[in-house]
Amino acid sequence: MAYVMRSSPSVQSGSLAPHSSASSVSSSASSSSYILRLGALNSQRSGRLSITRRAIGTANRRTRKPHGVSASTSELVAEKPSIKNALAITREEGLILYEDMVLGRSFEDMCAQMYYRGKMFGFVHLYNGQEAVSTGFVKCLKPEDYVCSTYRDHVHALSKGVPARAVMSELFGKATGICRGQGGSMHMFSKEHGLLGGFAFIGEGIPVATGAAFKTKYEREVLKNDKADAVTVAFFGDGTCNNGQFFECLNMAALWKLPIIFVVENNLWAIGMSHYRATSVPEIWKKGPAFGMPGIHVDGMDVLKVREVALEAVARARRGDGPTLVECETYRFRGHSLADPDELRKPAEKAHYAARDPIIALKKYLLESGLVDETDLRSIDKKIDEIVEDAVEFADASPLPPRSQLLENVFADPKGFGIGPDGKYRCEDPAFTAGTAQV
Amino acid sequence: MTVRDALNSAIDEEMSADSKVYLMGEEVGEYQGAYKISKGLLQKFGPDRVLDTPITEAGFTGIGVGSAFYGLKPIVEFMTFNFAMQAIDHIINSAAKTNYMSAGQISVPIVFRGPNGAAAGVAAQHSQCFAAWYGSCPGLKVLSPYSAEDARGLLKAAIRDPDPVVFLENEILYGEAFPVSAEVLDPSFVLPIGKAKIEREGTDVTVTAFSKMVGYALKAAEILEKEGINVEVINLRSIRPLDRATINQSVRKTNRLVTVEEGWPQHGIGAEICTSVVEESFDYLDAPVERITGADVPMPYAANLERMAVPQIEDIVRAVKRACSRSARGK
Repeated sequence: MAYVMRSSPSVQSGSLAPHSSASSVSSSASSSSYILRLGALNSQRSGRLSITRRAIGTANRRTRKPHGVSASTSELVAEKPSIKNALAITREEGLILYEDMVLGRSFEDMCAQMYYRGKMFGFVHLYNGQEAVSTGFVKCLKPEDYVCSTYRDHVHALSKGVPARAVMSELFGKATGICRGQGGSMHMFSKEHGLLGGFAFIGEGIPVATGAAFKTKYEREVLKNDKADAVTVAFFGDGTCNNGQFFECLNMAALWKLPIIFVVENNLWAIGMSHYRATSVPEIWKKGPAFGMPGIHVDGMDVLKVREVALEAVARARRGDGPTLVECETYRFRGHSLADPDELRKPAEKAHYAARDPIIALKKYLLESGLVDETDLRSIDKKIDEIVEDAVEFADASPLPPRSQLLENVFADPKGFGIGPDGKYRCEDPAFTAGTAQV
Repeated sequence: MTVRDALNSAIDEEMSADSKVYLMGEEVGEYQGAYKISKGLLQKFGPDRVLDTPITEAGFTGIGVGSAFYGLKPIVEFMTFNFAMQAIDHIINSAAKTNYMSAGQISVPIVFRGPNGAAAGVAAQHSQCFAAWYGSCPGLKVLSPYSAEDARGLLKAAIRDPDPVVFLENEILYGEAFPVSAEVLDPSFVLPIGKAKIEREGTDVTVTAFSKMVGYALKAAEILEKEGINVEVINLRSIRPLDRATINQSVRKTNRLVTVEEGWPQHGIGAEICTSVVEESFDYLDAPVERITGADVPMPYAANLERMAVPQIEDIVRAVKRACSRSARGK
């Protein structure tokens, strides 16, 4: 089937209900413009869906024109004027975004090298090309927020703050890995950094992420902790959006107004299965309003646009207004995994997305806007090279897990089976009962 | 106290004692529980802690697991464990394996409970016994109570336990009443996980059973008593970890073993117990181990066929007699 250029406004405008306020629609057909669509369930009224259409100009514009929005638009648009113009980033923010994306890219490239040298084994799924999505979302989060991922989780871990050394060691299967070598490429967990995993089955992470969001709500409402406002971001792919668990969680997240953002990394391919061959309605963002949450489509190759959407969605969740579904149009430059020959994707498609490399785009924007100069970027490149090399050296020098580690950590009970650290049954310990119960 | 009240009081007390404990499942709230186990809990604790879920086992089980990752203590009720097959990915892959995969960083203090095994006339898709499947999975603790005392003590222990526990109840036992001591009614009463109970002491043959089959074994023992065979009945209580010490100690005393279970024979609980005894107490066995299990078929609907597909008291009696009539060295 012919590849569809989804970012062209002419394809999309026909399917939208025209809005009476006639917000100015950029007629530029530049491939980096996108249309933000919000289907927001207005809970104050009788629950009818109000659909707003708004177009943002090209990435070359540094500031956004204020729009004349009418009173009947969604709350998100109505709040627009009070949110700082997100496309105008500061120098510091720009450097952080650049550094994070370069770290992701260099790390994954090094993984490929290490795999072919036999240092890494099993299933390894690389993130090249999708860095804008991880950086765009995760750099908006606080350390207490949660991220839940899939098997393509190295870069989510790095963006969330897991040290490169710990991730590389884990991939080498060494005892110094983030999971002491017991998880591997597909199962990165970090309690300290709020990384919930690392799941091999697609769709498996979505309910777990929804549970973490549920926990925030429970903490606020039942445990009466006003400071509990952790937001959860669930990353998953286009193939997952046909899975039952995805829909089950969209339903429950909207039903219970959970602070979660569902981020679809739509890279058009599920191994060798094209999204269009697998999906009856390929526009994934449309599935959000069907369950009562906004569904947004964004250019996932542009970190500034992803960041803008992310800031809004995170603020929405933190306020307690509920979930958001964000579909990011992105692309993976490598195969599904390092074992994938990647024969089914057409060279023209790959070339098109290679031309939209998110790191090159950000670099161009930062230089052209005068926020940074070449030396700043080169020093970051060098710093990242050193970090990645150091990670490899560290992982190489680290020991393999000791034999005794095989049977450890099956249970949280240190001796298993209800036996506490002192060797006695936990239930016989008078302190085992917490509080008193009135029956 | 009936098993139903025992379970209800256990959940009630644990939810009162720890506000991180919450109950989630289909019909647990307004309907008062599909089998009325959660009666009154919605009124007492409110809809924030007793959640009626949509019919989305995979989804809500995953949500329970995710909330347990960071410290909440969910009790996930399945209307029957047959429906848990839609959620088994989360029970095994997200709950059981996570403490290991994360090298001890993230533990999952969750309880999965619900009726297990055959009921009466509910046919093949509602009658499977899952003890063997869950019992083979490292990272899970699997419990199966028989009496009201078991139900109370084991459920309270399960809720307090920091690891995922699969709690296999039995629908037929819900209404059965058992005498309970004052100690059992105390709010801090818990039973240890991993210890079997000797329900009836005996000298001639050991019969192991769990859940409803314990009652059948006890009745079979009374019948056999009249024929001069003195049966020791072990109520396993804990499928995983299996109390191999108690079982082996008993077999070394009686020299004969009969295992009873409702589930399918191949790779069942009896197979594991038999192997454990052969490995550890081979020299003490005077006769081959007898396994009584459900028939190797999906559960039929017709009442007479269903009766044939599940062990009955007569089957246990016959098996014990077979075990006793075979002798070592022609005794």
